[in-house]
Amino acid sequence: MSTAPRLTALDAAHRALGATMTDFAGWDMPLRYASERDEHNAVRTKAGLFDLSHMGEITVTGPAAADFLNFALVGNIGSVGLGRARYTMIVAADGGILDDLIVYRLGETEYMVVANASNAQVVLDVLSDRVAQFDAEVRDDRDAYALLAVQGPESSGILKSLTDADLDGLKYYAGLPGTVAGVPALIARTGYTGEDGFELFVSPGDAEKLWSALMEAGTPVGMVPAGLSCRDTLRLEAGMPLYGHELTAALTPFDAGLGRVVKFEKTSQSDSFVGRAALAAAAERAEAAPPRKLVGLIAEGRRVPRAGFSVVADGKVIGEVTSGAPSPTLGKPIAIAYVDAAHAEPGTRGVGVDIRGTHEPYEVVALPFYKRQK
Amino acid sequence: MSNPQQLRYSKEHEWLSATEDGVAVVGITEHAANALGDVVFAQLPEVGDTVTAGESCGELESTKSVSDLYAPVTGEIVAANQDVVEDPSLVNSAPFEGGWLFKVRITGEPDDLLSADEYTAFTAG
Repeated sequence: MSTAPRLTALDAAHRALGATMTDFAGWDMPLRYASERDEHNAVRTKAGLFDLSHMGEITVTGPAAADFLNFALVGNIGSVGLGRARYTMIVAADGGILDDLIVYRLGETEYMVVANASNAQVVLDVLSDRVAQFDAEVRDDRDAYALLAVQGPESSGILKSLTDADLDGLKYYAGLPGTVAGVPALIARTGYTGEDGFELFVSPGDAEKLWSALMEAGTPVGMVPAGLSCRDTLRLEAGMPLYGHELTAALTPFDAGLGRVVKFEKTSQSDSFVGRAALAAAAERAEAAPPRKLVGLIAEGRRVPRAGFSVVADGKVIGEVTSGAPSPTLGKPIAIAYVDAAHAEPGTRGVGVDIRGTHEPYEVVALPFYKRQK
Repeated sequence: MSNPQQLRYSKEHEWLSATEDGVAVVGITEHAANALGDVVFAQLPEVGDTVTAGESCGELESTKSVSDLYAPVTGEIVAANQDVVEDPSLVNSAPFEGGWLFKVRITGEPDDLLSADEYTAFTAG
């Protein structure tokens, strides 16, 4: 079965800029416009403009919306304040991660769940299934939104020139409705780059107008359009997990070192939620006998570790690389890897990565590789 | 993208200069460099190595992937570009000039090397 890739509302803008396009989760998305390293560095030092319209928006409304999300997701969604957002996960009954999500509380009884493009259909199906016993409604809003992100230290200044919204009052992981360049938008202070930045959810019909206005306002201060390739190296440096790499259905949040997102105590009348029993067991296992741990690896040489490569010590396989790339900020190849707890301590000696048959030396470090100065 | 007229090209996207004393300079084309993205690591054949036309003789690693480097001709390596080893981005910034990869003393040539026009048509297809 082959289907034509989906195009975002900004497809013509990408092609006019000469973007190299790539298929990503069934969408034709910009991989890079010129040099992905230049785009990466622009986001770290100035700003970058991303089209993230492939992300999956699902609206949940109704009197029992919060109770439903508390049941369907592992987080305590009932405690999310109006206008705030939370990072959370949805798991199967066996505790396996189905996706990581950001949930925005848009109104008293209205939430927007943002799923990864590759998992959006699964998340929609599972939520639709789990909502049955609740007085709430799950709505597929994937076609209702285009999503633009401005990320980097200049992003707040760029946005301020285009909106009257109170950006200074907008905290990290919060969102407010506003108007940007005359376009109605949900303005969220979220992102996936390790930098300050904003994500703008707008109607697809307004996307081109907003893109043009942002380019006009941002170009003079060094903003560049940025593709998925640099988005991946940015999130890797920031130590952020990516579904399909660090997170999979074979792992629980505790196995992924993200047990903190699981809240066994909820604000609902009931503390029951899908996966609870399995996750309680996983939490105990993680406490008693730590499984493999997620660590950072920094290359001493120049060869780049890739997802799936073995991590080795004393000639034995002690783990696996989940993501790897040359880090523009560090100037060296870096990787995120699951390694046996015995080798997970930062500074552990003698750890290497098997790169096409050669054991290249790596330094074990704590994540993230990069943290912005505030 | 223009491919210099005086060069010859392989279907594996290497270019090959006209030879002086049987020695040719080899690099990868701008088309190939663009397709790779930012090159971050280059493993080149070493001086004295014998390379065989169409066979892998090194690696070029970019942000997203690693690609084999193929020898466009058979012969002995007489120089490898240490500037590229030090700064692999030369492959992107100057693929036909400072980003050359190695020099080879030719002992055998395949019969399917392309002219600039033929290569341009090949990559357009």
